[in-house]
Amino acid sequence: MSNVPAELKYTKSHEWVSVDGDIATVGITDHAQDLLGDMVFIELPEVSTSFEKGDDCAVVESVKAASDVYSPLSGEVLEVNDTLAETPEAVNSDPYGSWLFKLKISDASQLDEMLDAASYSGVAADDSH
Amino acid sequence: MLIFKAFFATLFYWLLFKSISEFKFMGQQTPLYEKHVVMGAKMVDFGGWDMPLRYGSQIEEHHQVRNDAGMFDVSHMSVVDFTGADTRAFLRRLFANNVDRLTTSGKALYTCMLKPDGTILDDLIVYYMDENWFRVVFNASTHDKDLAWVKEQAQPFNLEIIEPPNVAMIAVQGPTARAKVGAVFDEPIRSGIADLAPFTAAHFGDLFISRTGYTGEDGFEIILPANQVNDIWRSLYGEGVQPIGLGARDSLRLEAGMNLYGSDMDETTSPLESGLGWTVAWEPQERDFIGRTALERIRSEGVTHKLVGLILEGKGVLRNHQKVIVKGQDGGEITSGGFSPTLGKSIAFARVTKEISGTCKVEIRGQQIVATVVKLPFVRNGKSVQLKI
Repeated sequence: MSNVPAELKYTKSHEWVSVDGDIATVGITDHAQDLLGDMVFIELPEVSTSFEKGDDCAVVESVKAASDVYSPLSGEVLEVNDTLAETPEAVNSDPYGSWLFKLKISDASQLDEMLDAASYSGVAADDSH
Repeated sequence: MLIFKAFFATLFYWLLFKSISEFKFMGQQTPLYEKHVVMGAKMVDFGGWDMPLRYGSQIEEHHQVRNDAGMFDVSHMSVVDFTGADTRAFLRRLFANNVDRLTTSGKALYTCMLKPDGTILDDLIVYYMDENWFRVVFNASTHDKDLAWVKEQAQPFNLEIIEPPNVAMIAVQGPTARAKVGAVFDEPIRSGIADLAPFTAAHFGDLFISRTGYTGEDGFEIILPANQVNDIWRSLYGEGVQPIGLGARDSLRLEAGMNLYGSDMDETTSPLESGLGWTVAWEPQERDFIGRTALERIRSEGVTHKLVGLILEGKGVLRNHQKVIVKGQDGGEITSGGFSPTLGKSIAFARVTKEISGTCKVEIRGQQIVATVVKLPFVRNGKSVQLKI
């Protein structure tokens, strides 16, 4: 069973979000990294790019395949985690410590549409069968 | 009472339906299936078989084989015995390589089996045991078409084609593999396999052991009765041989420059454009193997494409079917791509225009990224070799 921290919010496409004021920190879940396997390359968005909720905004490449990461919320990229260029495997060993990028949230009401830990656990469990 | 009857009837049909539908959607399982599940393997479909993709980290499994020893369940592969007076004559016609190169018992030969148009039905290893017994190991995913083809071609010949029932197959590979396999067997098998030359097999009762593999490392492939394979697997694990999934099997063979049927060649390509020209035995000229006439025509007309190795110099990962650009033009495509744990870079096989040299570009998500063109393999004896073309 994968780790799903209670304090985070989630998407059905396996992103997690941690909210601090109007800043959202985004990564991929433990379940996602487990499905994909060893990460070998991560392509992050440019700082200052704006995304709509659901836009593909990053790519995580594992030994198995390349997968799009979708922006969980609308907003502008404030910062990206450059250390992942050298150590993509950190996403496997510490998926909730290895954030991909931070967004300035443009529509806070979208947070209400996100999954809580219990709902996401259900999505992840269905996905495993 | 009636309600109970109806209930049991419903239950019966539900169970019947469930077993039929599961039977239909479940892949075939090898005798080691339960072991893989207990060892925490992620199982995937491969050619209709439920096989382990990886048990933990695929990259660690890769390094385990390059640095120590790992074992693979390859029971899905097709073992076929050819017996009878015409066996050699038949295989001389069936395969593009020449079984007449096999004169000492146990010797193995790698070859393609071609269609009359010179394209590849399968690649395989054939072992010569004696004039009445050649053993062939075909790929798993091509089993049905291979057997149908072989049986049809065999009709004018006096021989039998037998698939030994209830056999399993494991590969043990890595620099310490031979020593560790030796440790799990008693005499006379232990000394028998210690002396086994590369690309040679020996059989000990119902055990068939060859010094072959698909990783570029030393080691053995062992064909044995299905009811013995779990014990051997457990003993090997006790010697420190780790289980390795299909994921690492693929990155190991890619580094070692070994083709994968269905990706690097298939029924649309000939050996001459698949890096396998060396496996075609043109001499003697009178040997009329299936596909010869077409292949001679392809050779005299000249091929336009060849299989090369690519090492990605920029960011990204090379994947199957990405476009290769040579001097600004469409130059072909990647047939197998991935990440090389030994090089720490992305590598690939690509079928490209034969004039290629130096560098090329590969289209990855709309961007053109530079790759160096090299001869295969990428890794030999556990060390990186990069011979630029």
